[in-house]
Amino acid sequence: MLAKRIIPCLDVRDGRVVKGVNFQGIKEVGDPVACAAEYNKQGADEIVFYDITASHEGRGVMLDVVRETAKKVFVPLTVGGGIKTVDDIRETLRAGADKVSVNSQAVQNPQLIRDGADIFGSQCICVGIDAKRTKAGNWTVYINGGRIDMELDLLDWVKQIEQLGAGEICLNSIDTDGVKQGFDLPMLKAVVDAVNIPVIASGGAGKLEHFAEAFEKTDCSAALAASLFHFKELTVGEVKTDCRNKHIIVRT
Amino acid sequence: MIAIIDYGAGNIFSVRNALNYLGIENQLTDAVSVIEKADKIILPGVGAFPSAMKMLENKNLVSVLKEQAQKKPFLGICLGMQMLLSKSYEFEECDGLDLISGTVDRIPAQDLIIPHMGWNKLEIQNDCELLKNLPDEAYVYFVHSYMATCQEEKNLSAWVEYGGRVPALITDNKYVFGAQFHPEKSGEVGLQILRNFANL
Repeated sequence: MLAKRIIPCLDVRDGRVVKGVNFQGIKEVGDPVACAAEYNKQGADEIVFYDITASHEGRGVMLDVVRETAKKVFVPLTVGGGIKTVDDIRETLRAGADKVSVNSQAVQNPQLIRDGADIFGSQCICVGIDAKRTKAGNWTVYINGGRIDMELDLLDWVKQIEQLGAGEICLNSIDTDGVKQGFDLPMLKAVVDAVNIPVIASGGAGKLEHFAEAFEKTDCSAALAASLFHFKELTVGEVKTDCRNKHIIVRT
Repeated sequence: MIAIIDYGAGNIFSVRNALNYLGIENQLTDAVSVIEKADKIILPGVGAFPSAMKMLENKNLVSVLKEQAQKKPFLGICLGMQMLLSKSYEFEECDGLDLISGTVDRIPAQDLIIPHMGWNKLEIQNDCELLKNLPDEAYVYFVHSYMATCQEEKNLSAWVEYGGRVPALITDNKYVFGAQFHPEKSGEVGLQILRNFANL
């Protein structure tokens, strides 16, 4: 059986690790390569680097960070932020990433998903989504770090993403991100049920039991968190022990 | 020295990073002379079977690989493992290196997500040198949509459960080994498997 994955995310700005609350009030801590090595030691199943400034300031991805990490950390690495073209994907994979995560760029140019999947394989293409509940009760997709509502229905978008050949979805809830009250289970369940590709839960983990809860209440494949691990409130190992105690299959 | 075959497909840098980290001498190469001189060979690969075989043919590497695989330890990884088999049916019928008898077909799992992507637990079928010194629960990282089927049970060293038994590690019980998973992305367990290979 495939194990459920626990994924720490390193939000990186100017080569340093940061994490904001609701995308505001960003605090800075840490060297990304050292953080990745520490997460690897804790048993992280995968590590995500997210260049949080790249998409709206037009910076490229931090290829040197990826290159250095890939020399020391032997679990899959995903890089997101600022990936706009097939050439950006190629460069990122060549630096040592196993997957790229495209977000705003994919909404503005869905063909990027198809081209990336055709050339490099679906398994390399993760589509990151920031979504928020509307007054009407559905969810819509936001871009540029949660700044712009594209008025694109979330469930329509995830089906389109799957059709285009994406290998995975990383679903972040703007409503729960940084709030620490748990993942956005209704949104997560709706997306998992709408597609047949793996879905990573993101945004809202604040306590140990939030991870197991996501796996027990939805069929998501993985759960991601940033600040919780980064500020050492929890370790990846503690999360896995809790999951294992609840009979959820995780990698030892 | 381990020759990592560089024929234009896939994850050669990850394999190289892992060997460098372990302090194992290696060289990326598509040169027959280097392959003949090497102590061991690793054949990596990501992508589609027919195009990868074509790349090996275009570089005139098929015969040297088949010949060297009778003389020195040889590890195929992911697509490189599938290429060890006789035939693949990915997109079209295509001959492999035929170092281990068997075929490559789409994973038959019906209600499961394809590709089979993520960490899965090795179940040992037959003892194998590459599986020495692993923890009781050894998880390794997979990304694939097609799977190998060995004609003979004796060639299967380990499998994982994914809608049935999916071969994970195969061998000709002499020099040839094939890992469907990526040891270079499988944390400590993967590094130990690469160390075991280097120590053969």
